[in-house]
Amino acid sequence: MLSDGVEDEEKWLAEGIAGFQQNAFCMHRALDSNNLRDALKYSAQMLSELRTSRLSPHKYYELYMRSFDELRRLEMFFKEETKRGCSIVDLYELVQHAGNILPRLYLLCTVGSVYIKSKEAPAKDVLKDLVEMCRGVQHPVRGLFLRSYLSQISRDKLPDIGSEYEGDVGTVMDAVEFVLQNFTEMNKLWVRMQHQGPAREKEKREKERSELRDLVGKNLHVLSQVEGVDLEMYKETVLPRVLEQVVNCKDELAQYYLMDCIIQVFPDEYHLQTLETLLGACPQLQSSVDIKTVLSQLMERLSNYASSSSEVLPEFLQVEAFSKLSGAIGKVIEAQPEMPVVGAISLYVSLLTFTLRVHPDRLDYVDQVLGACVKKLSGKAKAEDSKATKQVVALLSAPLEKYNDIVTALKLTNYPRVMDHLDHVTNKVMAVVIIQSIMKNNTYITTANRVEALFELIKGLIKDMDGTPIEELDEEDFKEEQNSVARLIHMLVNEDHEEMMKIITTVRRHILQGGPKRLPFTIPPLIFSALKLVRGLQGQEGDGVGEEGPVTSKKIFQLLHQTIETLSSVSSPELALRLFLQCAEAANDCDLEPVAYEFFTQAFILYEEEVADSKAQVTAIHLIIGTLQRMTVFGVENRDTLTHKATGYSAKLLKKPDQCRAVYACSHLFWVDEQDGIKDGERVLLCLKRALRIANAAQQMANVMRGSGGPVTLFVEILNKYLYFFEKGNPHITSNIIQGLIELIATEMQSDSSTHDPLADAFLASTMRYIQFQKQKGGLMGEKYEPIKV
Amino acid sequence: MNYIIGAFKPPCNISISFADGRTRKQVPLKKENGQTALVPLFQSQENIVGEVSIEPIPGKKVEHNGVKIELLGQIELYFDRGNFYDFTSLVRELDVPGEIHDRKTYPFEFSTVEMPYESYNGVNVRLRYILKVTISRNYVSNIVEYQDFLVRNYTPLPSINNSIKMEVGIEDCLHIEFEYSKSKYHLKDVIVGKIYFLLVRIKIKNMELEIRRRESTGSGPNTYVETETLAKFELMDGAPVRGESIPIRLFLSPYELTPTYRNINNKFSVKYYLNLVLVDEEDRRYFKQQEITVYRLQENQ
Repeated sequence: MLSDGVEDEEKWLAEGIAGFQQNAFCMHRALDSNNLRDALKYSAQMLSELRTSRLSPHKYYELYMRSFDELRRLEMFFKEETKRGCSIVDLYELVQHAGNILPRLYLLCTVGSVYIKSKEAPAKDVLKDLVEMCRGVQHPVRGLFLRSYLSQISRDKLPDIGSEYEGDVGTVMDAVEFVLQNFTEMNKLWVRMQHQGPAREKEKREKERSELRDLVGKNLHVLSQVEGVDLEMYKETVLPRVLEQVVNCKDELAQYYLMDCIIQVFPDEYHLQTLETLLGACPQLQSSVDIKTVLSQLMERLSNYASSSSEVLPEFLQVEAFSKLSGAIGKVIEAQPEMPVVGAISLYVSLLTFTLRVHPDRLDYVDQVLGACVKKLSGKAKAEDSKATKQVVALLSAPLEKYNDIVTALKLTNYPRVMDHLDHVTNKVMAVVIIQSIMKNNTYITTANRVEALFELIKGLIKDMDGTPIEELDEEDFKEEQNSVARLIHMLVNEDHEEMMKIITTVRRHILQGGPKRLPFTIPPLIFSALKLVRGLQGQEGDGVGEEGPVTSKKIFQLLHQTIETLSSVSSPELALRLFLQCAEAANDCDLEPVAYEFFTQAFILYEEEVADSKAQVTAIHLIIGTLQRMTVFGVENRDTLTHKATGYSAKLLKKPDQCRAVYACSHLFWVDEQDGIKDGERVLLCLKRALRIANAAQQMANVMRGSGGPVTLFVEILNKYLYFFEKGNPHITSNIIQGLIELIATEMQSDSSTHDPLADAFLASTMRYIQFQKQKGGLMGEKYEPIKV
Repeated sequence: MNYIIGAFKPPCNISISFADGRTRKQVPLKKENGQTALVPLFQSQENIVGEVSIEPIPGKKVEHNGVKIELLGQIELYFDRGNFYDFTSLVRELDVPGEIHDRKTYPFEFSTVEMPYESYNGVNVRLRYILKVTISRNYVSNIVEYQDFLVRNYTPLPSINNSIKMEVGIEDCLHIEFEYSKSKYHLKDVIVGKIYFLLVRIKIKNMELEIRRRESTGSGPNTYVETETLAKFELMDGAPVRGESIPIRLFLSPYELTPTYRNINNKFSVKYYLNLVLVDEEDRRYFKQQEITVYRLQENQ
């Protein structure tokens, strides 16, 4: 059915062209023989093909273009005819004898063109007559093309300023009047087009209509090209008239297109000076018109204009561009209650973009835009619509991108309020965007107030919001988010300790609301941040200040203590333990023995009470041993207590190899290889012997359980420890003992039951090689090794 | 044989010429045989002056009972063909009975002839003016020669020339107001006006203005009315909407109009009408007819 229609149309077009060409041929002959009468007759017949109603605008255009070419020839002929003595006035009458209106008017326009050029009558009179006579064609498509022809031939003949057709009687006002009238009529025809024909073809017609829109818009283009249309005239005449037509036509398609056209064809400067008028029309448009795009275009243009040169900026201020735009947007939103939220928000996005580009220094404007947006959003449910959400995100991202500096955004009081209207997921996304922006730009947030504001913004990440959907988020995303928060915490720094303290307090307050899932991510950076401060203080204290100030290491340590405690309460004991140890070390550096002791105590308590997993215990005990080994602050008593504890726990580990390793690690607690380090050789030996015992026990257990001895790794490890202390000069480690151990290992290796682990063998071999090497090296060490036989 | 044929031919040539024949305007006249000839143009109250020359065929003489010239104004109704009604008849005796041997010319003059009606060539009626020269003879038929001439009478500009303005319509369907700037038009005039659409509920396809001539002949039961459409002039293409006003500009010069003849000697009348026709998409025609008066304006005026 449809394809039939297309085929028919092709056929009709072909017929039309055939008829057209035949008459065009006859016309050419008449033109060649200077036969005016025949020329008129055949040209009228030729143009009669344009009277068809059967072609779609697209096909009709083809016919029109052919006519246009032929009419150019005819125009030349008319011109020659007047040179041959035929009066142009007579010609002007003669063509009007044609009985059919459409050919008549095409011919009239053609002669009219010659008439104007002849200057026998003022251009304005001829133009006025033509534009009036064209009213006779009320068929939308035919009328549009006819008037488009009129517009085409008259373009270079307007009585514009500086044009040769300008005269005493024809002013630029007449030119404008002419174009405006033609525009108005064309628009009416265009709008009317939608009502032609059956309703079921409406969609097709709308498509055809939009194909024709440029015919209408061309008039506005012509207007913009008229030299004489200065700002004054544009303001007083052109714009009000055009807008009147736009508003009155009450047609969605036309209003949208024409508004866009106005914005595109006239200079930015004019827009700026007539903002009020232009914007005033917006709320009067049909509620279905996509005003947001129109306004966005306008703002886009204006902001481009503003950025084109700094000289124009005062103009923007002078005309209060911002407040006008802002007001207009408010009105539009009011006038179009059906506009979806997304529309309103995208309007605000445009306004914001405009503001950021034109008035980057006016944060109050930005805030105002956000405020308006909040107002619009309030009362609505949280933006469920994904498009709206997207726009809100765009709205929020714009200032970040512009200022490259979150600090600026933090000054915007309405910023967090807008964020409140995002759904949780998006809110988080936005928060991540904010954080990323900070990261990217390496922005340091240096005051507590800003930190406060920032955390207000990203609170979606910091804590569970009310009504967070229960279904759990992707674990990885969550980690990603929390990691970014963790990174953020490191950006919150201030050289000034007092302020830094405040920042830390603020951050702490916020992150403590995070709940068990977040704390493991957020507390460590806080702790380290605080420890950094402690180190800073320490440097200062070295200069003899700070002890009495509002910020003291003690206070910080108190804070840290409390903070880590929270962590331990949320079942992250291992982490808490590590942090306690870190703090202890820091306290050690600050020479605060009681504090360090307390931290260790906490670490041990945690170890006792919370660390149940045996693997975790192994790790923990090694950490404890490692830290403890480096502690220098403790007095003998405290140290004894702690080392005792550590050794005790080591021996109580579940698996024998673990026990063994922990115990020989403990040996280091009694031998700190430093100037004033403790060097208790006897207890070292005790530890090692104990380790050896445990290793033995482990070996036996293995024998019992699996019928084969375990690898000799443990023995080799212990041997290495022996060697270490031997080298360090522990008097209790003698070459005899080492010799004994080597032999023990050898025996173990030879026993049938032992299994051979290539790794262990390699380990042993290289240990042996080492001993050999030391022996051969000679010197003091060589001598020392001399007694050991391999 | 030539002799015999010659016997039936008129023995002389008669020609009628006008004194101002060279300067007088000639206009085409359509003859009965379909050919057009140029004939002199007169108006009422003019002197018709000229001469008749009779030239016998060499070697022959014309015996006659007298020569006369008549000026006749005739109306011929086609339903009564052949029957001429002379509303004007003037006679001048040119010669007393005798013989004409050689070429002989007779001057004639009709002074300030009253010719109230214009020459007219219509569908059912013809009004014509002729000069008729008759050479009366005994026993044989008279020798007669005719010379047509045309009469056109000019009217001064009418002192009152009101516009035609009217609102018409079909209830709830179509209301229009039309205006023609004048009610009286001269032959080369332009009809200017506009049509204003007050209400349009029908789908109009186009609108035309027709010029119709209504020729009424005879009287009483024998009245014949013939209406011709002389012009069909498209005013509008497509369907207008309410509030639209469509201009009218129709040049009358291309059409062969005559002045309006209200009552020509109680024999016939010719009237002109403007007929505004709106055609809808189902080709229904809505029209309104208005009489206009056409007059002849002195051309050099």
